[in-house]
Amino acid sequence: MDLRKLPVALLIILICSSTAGYSKPMWLKASRAVKQDTSTYVSPFREENENCLKCHGQEKYEYTNENLGRQVKELMCSQRIVNRDLFYQSNHKSFSCTDCHSTQYETFPHPGELRMEQKYNCLDCHGGDEKFAQYHFEEIDSEYQQSTHYKLEEDGFTCWKCHNPHSYKISIRNTENLKETITYDNAICLNCHSNFDHFKLLSDREEINVLSTHKWLPNQAVHFQNVRCIECHTKINNDILVAHLIKPKAEAVRRCNECHSQNSILMATLYKFQSKEQRRDGFFNGIILNQSYVIGANRNEFLNLTSFGILLAILAVIAVHIFFRIRKSNQTL
Amino acid sequence: MYLYPKWLRIWHLMNALLFIILIVTGLSMQYTDLDNSMYVVGFAKAVKWHNYAAFILTANYVVFILGNAFTKNGIYYRIKRENFWPDLMKQLRYYSFGMFKGEKHPFPVTEDRKFNPLQKVSYVLAMYLGMPLLIISGFVLLFPEVAIDNVFGMSGLVLNDILHIATGFFLSIFMIIHIYTCTLGAKPSSLFWGMISGYHRSEDH
Repeated sequence: MDLRKLPVALLIILICSSTAGYSKPMWLKASRAVKQDTSTYVSPFREENENCLKCHGQEKYEYTNENLGRQVKELMCSQRIVNRDLFYQSNHKSFSCTDCHSTQYETFPHPGELRMEQKYNCLDCHGGDEKFAQYHFEEIDSEYQQSTHYKLEEDGFTCWKCHNPHSYKISIRNTENLKETITYDNAICLNCHSNFDHFKLLSDREEINVLSTHKWLPNQAVHFQNVRCIECHTKINNDILVAHLIKPKAEAVRRCNECHSQNSILMATLYKFQSKEQRRDGFFNGIILNQSYVIGANRNEFLNLTSFGILLAILAVIAVHIFFRIRKSNQTL
Repeated sequence: MYLYPKWLRIWHLMNALLFIILIVTGLSMQYTDLDNSMYVVGFAKAVKWHNYAAFILTANYVVFILGNAFTKNGIYYRIKRENFWPDLMKQLRYYSFGMFKGEKHPFPVTEDRKFNPLQKVSYVLAMYLGMPLLIISGFVLLFPEVAIDNVFGMSGLVLNDILHIATGFFLSIFMIIHIYTCTLGAKPSSLFWGMISGYHRSEDH
């Protein structure tokens, strides 16, 4: 299994579906799955998973009602639908459904008590594991517990509110298209912050309007397309790749210079991974320069020195010219 | 001799003021720093004033183009191929050596020849090449969605940004030289007064 793809995979186990009657998820079994390219990936559990996905994989499902003695068609609750394509591209693509869900789900109709079972959170499986120490899951959890989202926990906020275990895929660490990653990551926030049906499950606020609350932001659309929400709304933590301490609204970044400067915070946020991997000599903020355009942060040392040299040369020529003019003027007198 | 009509003087004054605002705010944006939020002007103000000034400068440029298209002023910007390089060298030699030896100006100002060959070339480059590049690249920065995403593996916006900043830099250098050469009149101040009064003193360079 590709270790680079693990940290967020470990964050996400289960959402929506209830669990019961099983021990620790069998992700070790899944970890034996051969690493393959997402586009051609074939899960070793594809057939096994199909037993679940034949109903949960689409909006409509059919079953034989033995009491009625006929086939019945039903609509699947939207919360219980798992998109096959997204699942097999996600971090958990190599998992069997029963790695995380109870094997009791293999019987149909599912036992009703499964609904009441406690769901896993990420640390249940991956906390305290030396193998994943470099990903600092405990630090992520500690950040989360200080974040503004944590106060909503009693209302049901969990890791899974942002990281859908059936579709989430790690993005910033292995992105080849930063804009797509930004869009993907921002969609996670907007899933609640621009969808009142989701938002009202966690907040009593009567309205949300991301556009109007960010009206002060110049070139709003350009900012939304080119930086993630978390760039401004989290506290930078150098130990983890993606900061999880969501700050209260009043503490969000509002000073343009925080990003638009040579010491742009984007180097410690959006471009953190790449800047560590691909730092280039001779350029300030080379990653920003190559990937995007941020006024104030796009600085090219070579151009800076060249322009400064040209300016000095011009001023020197003028100074020499003035000198000879003064000398000629004195000679005339 | 009356060489600078009122519209031209107003245009020139506006152009100068706007350019100073654009240079100051442009430098402030380019060199802002996290620790020192005020280079000259704060970033947010610099962006706002740079945008306002750019819009006015663009409108002012249209005035210049129309003025040159429909008045006599346009003829001063026509470059002839005949003797192009020799005349250019003659003027360069005058500025470099001739004027210090008391030689006469090789191309004195007349009603038909407001600019010497060096002036003409530099003004044409500045106004008909530099300004359009600056304005177009500036508008792309203002409306980045129109920029080409990827040019030979680099962000189109970054290349556009370099073009904008480089053009702005060279026009700023042009302005420094322009201001200095304007001190080369009979008195260091006489050409400046000419641009205010509209009258050029014939003994001026």
